[in-house]
Amino acid sequence: MPIPENAVRWVEPPKMSVLDQLYIPAIIEGLGTTIQHMFAPKVTVQYPEQRPQMPPNYRGVHRLNRDEQQRVKCVACYMCATACPAHCIDIVAAPSPWPDREKYPETFVIDELRCIYCGMCEEACPVDAIELTSLFDLTGLSREEMMFDKEKLLSVFDQTVKTGSDPIRTRGGKLGPAAELPK
Amino acid sequence: MTHTLLQTIITIVVMMGVLQGACAYLIYVERKVAAYMQARIGPNRVGPFGLLQPIADGLKFLFKEEVIPGNVDKLLFLLSPAVAVGTATFAFAVVPFGPTSNTPGEYQFVIAPGIDIGILFTFAIGSLAAYGIILGGWSSNNKYSFLGAMRSTAQIISYEIPLGMSILGVVLLAGSLNLERIIDQQVRDGWNVFYQPLAFLLFLLAVMAECNRLPFDLPEAEQELIGGYHTEYSGLKFGLFFLGEYTHVITTALLLSVVFFGGWYFPGIVGPESGIILKLLSIWLKALAFILFYMFIRWTIPRFRFDQLMGLAWRTLIPLAMVNLVCVMLVKEFRLSLWLLPPTSLALLLGATVLSLKYPQQPRRRLLTVAADGQPAVTTAR
Ligand code: SF4
Ligand code: SF4
Repeated sequence: MPIPENAVRWVEPPKMSVLDQLYIPAIIEGLGTTIQHMFAPKVTVQYPEQRPQMPPNYRGVHRLNRDEQQRVKCVACYMCATACPAHCIDIVAAPSPWPDREKYPETFVIDELRCIYCGMCEEACPVDAIELTSLFDLTGLSREEMMFDKEKLLSVFDQTVKTGSDPIRTRGGKLGPAAELPK
Repeated sequence: MTHTLLQTIITIVVMMGVLQGACAYLIYVERKVAAYMQARIGPNRVGPFGLLQPIADGLKFLFKEEVIPGNVDKLLFLLSPAVAVGTATFAFAVVPFGPTSNTPGEYQFVIAPGIDIGILFTFAIGSLAAYGIILGGWSSNNKYSFLGAMRSTAQIISYEIPLGMSILGVVLLAGSLNLERIIDQQVRDGWNVFYQPLAFLLFLLAVMAECNRLPFDLPEAEQELIGGYHTEYSGLKFGLFFLGEYTHVITTALLLSVVFFGGWYFPGIVGPESGIILKLLSIWLKALAFILFYMFIRWTIPRFRFDQLMGLAWRTLIPLAMVNLVCVMLVKEFRLSLWLLPPTSLALLLGATVLSLKYPQQPRRRLLTVAADGQPAVTTAR
């Protein structure tokens, strides 16, 4: 169906005055703005010396949380591995040596190179065992080095707790509802 | 012969060194200026305040792998950076970079003093730099490079005309194309910029376009042409293009200060009797001011659209330059006071503005009404 003539609304550009058309005042104004910026405070963070303060909800390297008794909090329910869109979590479950849960992860490996840092794993986790921290400068010399196993992930927890850079999502060591044993 | 061969050779060697060092540091200054305008700090890692950065960059250019893509025309591909640098430095030969005088026997701060076609020579050689760009873009065998080269051809041809014409008024006033004479005339009568503000404006614009500086950098346009003519260049060859561009910037900045701001002459402070150091300072500070101005403009004004670029040259700059030239001719012919010129310039500028308001150049829009129920289609131009 053609658009009827009266439905077309033509927008005219605003009329320019002689001063506008001369452009020179506009250029001088622009120069004023840029020169002002030269003396404005700088936003550069001198990176290796000055560390940027990441917001507490930043999604960086994972950590596996510990509970009050320093045990790994994870109950090996595979929720995170299922939710992970990049399929980068590999868990081997084993019967738990502790009486308050059925399973615990024997191995827990995250391929940090494949991860897209979407945070779905921590959303899925019923006991808040996995979390993304605000560590952003993750480097390694080989692919193997970037496969983070349970010990490594727990050490990230220890490190972030020590430096006080807990993510804001932490519920402070309490297990979620699914971790409660049926009464 | 005021210059012996030895003197000339020494001057050339020293000036080449100065030019290359200046180019390297201009890149540093440019990066700093850009950073400061964008609320950043800029290079500050190599040496204090990053002052050794140009040296690091130069070394990087030297040691980088020389990539020659497979499908390029090898000879022209290798030739074009050389042409770009060669012409840029060659054009510098007649530009005074320090005190000059008419007294024979005195040392003149020009590589080739007393060239009667001085300014013509600079333009002729300077515009040969376009060959560097065109050959580079064409031999790269790459559509983006070729587009950049085509744009550069059109741009340089268009802006050559206002460039030459705007300066003719000054030449008429001095009665010579010789740059040293033009300075002499300004020592007598005062800076040309006061007599010919319009010519100065036109020349400034045209020179920026000739240097491919930002509002006019369509041949390289990173965002559209991924670097244009130098897309395929790397390492030292890319460095040479850069060197050519910055040499051109220095040459034109010096030209601007020589032609419109009296070269080494600064009324009230630096006269003909002043010492060499003061005169050198005077001319280089002026040139530096222009270079900084180029840089400020670069980070202030966005790039033109191509039709705007062409429109600016052909519909505004060239007619204005022509009318301005006629006015200077009339003043000279009837021996009127030179002070008639500045008001004329202003009137011309305002006149052009009003005219362009009256007859705006907008892109033509066509409204095509599609035929419905057996009605004929109508096309209306708006
Ligand atoms: S952040 Fe996303 S991609 Fe990375 S492990 Fe968690 S769910 Fe998988
Ligand atoms: S969702 Fe939580 S509890 Fe379940 S396997 Fe993953 S980390 Fe462990």
